[in-house]
Amino acid sequence: MSDHAKPPRVGLFVTCLVDLFRPNIGFASIKLLEQAGCEVDVPAQQTCCGQPAFNSGDYDATRRIAKQVIEVFEKYDYAVGPSGSCMATMRAHYRDLFEDDPPWLERVDRFGERVYELLSFLTDVMGVARVDAGFAATATYHDSCSGLRELGVKQQPRRLLESVSGFRLQEMDDSEVCCGFGGTFCVKYPEISARMVTDKIAAIEASGADTLIGGDLGCLMNMGGRLSRLGKPVKVYHTAEILADMAGGPAIGEVDAE
Amino acid sequence: MPTAASHLFKQRVPAALADRDLKAAMDKAQDGFIGKREQAVSQYPGFEALRELGREIKDHTLAHLDFYLDRYERQVQRNGGHVHWARNSNEARTIILDLCKRANARNVTKGKSMVSEEIGLNGALEESGIAVHETDLGEYIIQLAGETPSHIIAPALHKTKAQVSDLFHAKHQRYGFHQRLTEAPALVNEARQVLRRRYLDAEVGITGANFLIAENGSNMIVTNEGNGDLTRTMAKVHIVTAGIEKLVPTLEDATVLLRLLTRSATGQEFSAYTTLSNGPRREEDPDGPDEYHVVLVDNVRTEMLGNEFRSMLRCIRCGACMNHCPVYGAVGGHVYGWVYPGPMGSVLTPLNVGLEEAGDLPNACTLNGRCQSVCPVNIPLPDLLRRLRRRQHETGLDSRYSRAALRLWTALAARPALYRRAMQWGAVAMKRLAGRRGRLRRFPLAGGWTRSRDMPAPAGSTFQTLYTLYKEGRRR
Ligand code: SF4
Repeated sequence: MSDHAKPPRVGLFVTCLVDLFRPNIGFASIKLLEQAGCEVDVPAQQTCCGQPAFNSGDYDATRRIAKQVIEVFEKYDYAVGPSGSCMATMRAHYRDLFEDDPPWLERVDRFGERVYELLSFLTDVMGVARVDAGFAATATYHDSCSGLRELGVKQQPRRLLESVSGFRLQEMDDSEVCCGFGGTFCVKYPEISARMVTDKIAAIEASGADTLIGGDLGCLMNMGGRLSRLGKPVKVYHTAEILADMAGGPAIGEVDAE
Repeated sequence: MPTAASHLFKQRVPAALADRDLKAAMDKAQDGFIGKREQAVSQYPGFEALRELGREIKDHTLAHLDFYLDRYERQVQRNGGHVHWARNSNEARTIILDLCKRANARNVTKGKSMVSEEIGLNGALEESGIAVHETDLGEYIIQLAGETPSHIIAPALHKTKAQVSDLFHAKHQRYGFHQRLTEAPALVNEARQVLRRRYLDAEVGITGANFLIAENGSNMIVTNEGNGDLTRTMAKVHIVTAGIEKLVPTLEDATVLLRLLTRSATGQEFSAYTTLSNGPRREEDPDGPDEYHVVLVDNVRTEMLGNEFRSMLRCIRCGACMNHCPVYGAVGGHVYGWVYPGPMGSVLTPLNVGLEEAGDLPNACTLNGRCQSVCPVNIPLPDLLRRLRRRQHETGLDSRYSRAALRLWTALAARPALYRRAMQWGAVAMKRLAGRRGRLRRFPLAGGWTRSRDMPAPAGSTFQTLYTLYKEGRRR
């Protein structure tokens, strides 16, 4: 992008989990996007992407929510959010809802092309190659499923994390295996989910890492919640917090010392 | 059709999770399958293109299935064989029983066939006084144990070697094998010796089909034990059971799918035995059966051809989806409660036995998508499972509790101002509940979560609340 071009206008999709549990990730996203030269706005009219309804088979309710999201966000050049799973719902799945509604389908497709998960947006669209941040840790990275398989998020966060000073990436086995979160799955089938997250924790521990990084708060809360229940010292952060140099506060699930 | 126990899914999960032998067997099997597939795929540079070609072949065949079925039938007849059409399991069993009775069969050998499980064939034959001898090692093991397959290509996957050793020791004494064997090759050898006698006794041999080839009426089966060959050549009558989706237009097409199948299933470039059977023995043939019959089973397949589940008919039964499924890996195949387990089974079972019976199956999935990413014909399994959830929702079959929770959430999500207030209220309330610990060990309505995990407490203000302050600060 040339210096004279107008900066792209980005509507930040905060996601409901970040809104409620971890505002820091939202602010970290704003910082990263602004550093990359974007003009960021956070529309107050946003709520949820509709995924809980979609994955529960309620296509009608999802359609209503999807229309609302599109109406709020289509005026920006891009809709960007710090979650592979929400952004995949918007980018890859909204069109499933409008198969029988050609005018909306066209609108959905025009919108979908401009929807991005934060890390892939920064690298693939804005060409960010490095960040100015420091975080001393030996960390392991969990590839959350939607981002990985529906949006192709794999190398982007790793490449940027490599530029963080003091940071060392230590891959775990099976980083691409689901952590057992799965939205409502984890409350509907708690025993299976518990087994899956327990296996995941074993892989994290075996890597020898002291920190766990990922790009989806739902998964991070799942793994962090299990780590905390088992009394493990591994700290959990969202990628954006590390890259924005905003991981100074308590980790996800850690007690605020104030 | 065998009766389904899929409604017991949730009930049977805890015992499955607690079963240590099962865990040992599943971990070993999944690791092995995943590693071998990965290696085979990485050694085949054009695998993605091959996958695409496989998908195209299947889609094309399904779009013209009537044509290819007709062509196949005529070719089989030209080769001197017979094709029988079964609309459902009941008809299929009747046809096969009649064929066995006409052959005065007392003993039947069987190669591996999931369709024969689907139609409940063994039970029907045994009820008529016909002894069934499974010749695939895995099938043989579970038959001996009185169980059902837990995996579509490795039926005894859920058993450890020690369990097989105990089983053989208990059941093979009557054939004069008294020594307890513990090593795999010795166990296989003992089973071989027992089975070999069966081939000589059998009047009828029943096999499945991996591909039915329309251009020449051939049936292709792949095995690693050669039992399929013996089953089909030694008996006087050879019966093939297959679903109508097994059709492919040409031998060339079958070889494309074969390359995908073996790599995806066991990570092999080629299975040890790839057998083509065309019909009864011709005069110049050194061996072969006197009669050759193909029983084509429909069940719900024609229905699927016409609805949103057609892509599921591309399935070539390789098992990769279950090998890579973390839920299947955790609970094993039996809790799925019917013939087909894992991701593909979670689609097929509700379509066959109904969503009332198998409503848990499409839901017991995180939609992580690993199954689709390894499926050799790229079946959108997560999407199909979601479509089943949609059916469930639209016919009121989902649970009342989850309906209510969902309605509340979507009502909130549709009202941004109210939503913002509710979230802020939630942030404060949860922070209070958590107290100084900063995390929740128990939380109303989230027992499923907090039984094994803490719930991190919110910071006390939502992002939106903080962002409003932040913007005001910036303006000042
Ligand atoms: S659905 Fe795909 S991966 Fe699963 S058995 Fe069928 S072909 Fe194999």
